[in-house]
Amino acid sequence: MHHHLPHRRNAALVWRLASLAGCLFLLTACEGISPWVKPYERQNLATPAMSWSRDGITDAYISHVYQARESARGAEGGSGGGCGCN
Amino acid sequence: MAATDRNIPALMVRCLKFAIGATAMTLTVAPLKAAVLPEDRADILYHSYSGGGVTISGPAVLVRKKLKDKYSLSAKYYVDNVSSASIDVVTTASRYSEKRVETSVGLDTIQDKTSYSLNYISSSESDYNADSAHLDVSHDFFGDLTTVSLGFSQGWDTVGKNHDANWVDRKVDRRNYRMGLSQILTKNAIMNLSFESIIDEGSDNRALGNPYRSVRIFDTANNAYSFDSERYPTTRNSDAISAKFRYALESKNVVFSEYRQYTDSWGINGWHVQVGYIMPIEPEWLIETRFRHYAQTHADFYSDLLPDTNFNFYARDKELSTFTSNSIGATASYERKAPSNWFVSRGKVSFMWDYFMFDYDDFRDARKTSADVTPGSEPLYHFNANVYRLLFTAFY
Repeated sequence: MHHHLPHRRNAALVWRLASLAGCLFLLTACEGISPWVKPYERQNLATPAMSWSRDGITDAYISHVYQARESARGAEGGSGGGCGCN
Repeated sequence: MAATDRNIPALMVRCLKFAIGATAMTLTVAPLKAAVLPEDRADILYHSYSGGGVTISGPAVLVRKKLKDKYSLSAKYYVDNVSSASIDVVTTASRYSEKRVETSVGLDTIQDKTSYSLNYISSSESDYNADSAHLDVSHDFFGDLTTVSLGFSQGWDTVGKNHDANWVDRKVDRRNYRMGLSQILTKNAIMNLSFESIIDEGSDNRALGNPYRSVRIFDTANNAYSFDSERYPTTRNSDAISAKFRYALESKNVVFSEYRQYTDSWGINGWHVQVGYIMPIEPEWLIETRFRHYAQTHADFYSDLLPDTNFNFYARDKELSTFTSNSIGATASYERKAPSNWFVSRGKVSFMWDYFMFDYDDFRDARKTSADVTPGSEPLYHFNANVYRLLFTAFY
């Protein structure tokens, strides 16, 4: 049995968002670091096989298959969307 | 047994405003590098799901076109033709057919070196409407090695019910907050971290459930059971965090993996891991194989068989039960350049097959109750499903 007290959940979420935002601030502090993979060294990363999503329409469909039958949702890398899959 | 029933915390909204403000400030001081708009393409997909007494298939079409090299417009049309004699349907009703149509439009743009993506999706079927708006913003740092993104979605659902003159439509308000970080690690490796919080608010205790589904209540005296309507909490808050990884081998083949952890205010914990292998066979073929394992625990108020309804909330949706879903899949894709005088520059055909095995640990097959099988001792339910995708793509 899980009892998620409202103030504890708020605190946990505040910490998560704050630490993520804090990481963003830290990124600006790291401006002295030059890219360690130069633009001319990225040919292996630019192939279709290394793309996070080769075909958005089929990725959205298989996400829909998972969401309609599993409880987990979110953090899939897409932009979301409702489908009425109740 | 009761799940906490509460409203969207105002504190969380303030924190999100803070996070967005922090990002905005960060973006103004960081060295800027333009991102790239998605490429122009037209896709025609035929999709098919078959398993557990349910078949759903249909077409989908997507068209995307750049304007002035600064905007990319997209439009999508998608249809689900449903024929369902699922275990939920046959235990309380009979097979039904349904058609769901989903249309969406999108606008992607790069303004002052930040990428924006705005999408609107509208889904409609005879007993359910869902509309949603989505905004995603992303920015590259470190000469394109790092991409940080923020996103927000707002959804409005109307929950109807067919063949019930007494049904009053319910409403659901849905909000998603997401953050992501993509990072080039080495010449051959990339990773992505994502976090997403989702808040659903229903207008009453039947808004977040399925109006047609029932719970089972055990009648010990007669060794039988009766049905009653489900009763859901009016809110559902969930958090998910995921990590993805891709690595290019010397052979130019790619290994990929993905992990996600999920938790929500209904007491469900879920996680999945996926691994896969991609083999480009130059110049035209690409083969992918993949394996995925998903597992979750049940919601606090889920029960396959209730002793009575003296609880605040109760549901028998197998999607809220304890189960695992294992799937294997493969893709074969063929792409080639078109003749130079054609409008289309490249064409591609892809075929994808995925096979799912669902095994439930606390959802029983209520069709198997009999004089010899008492309620609560029916075999646990399981089913397999085949999913096919056939995709034709033109790039121009």
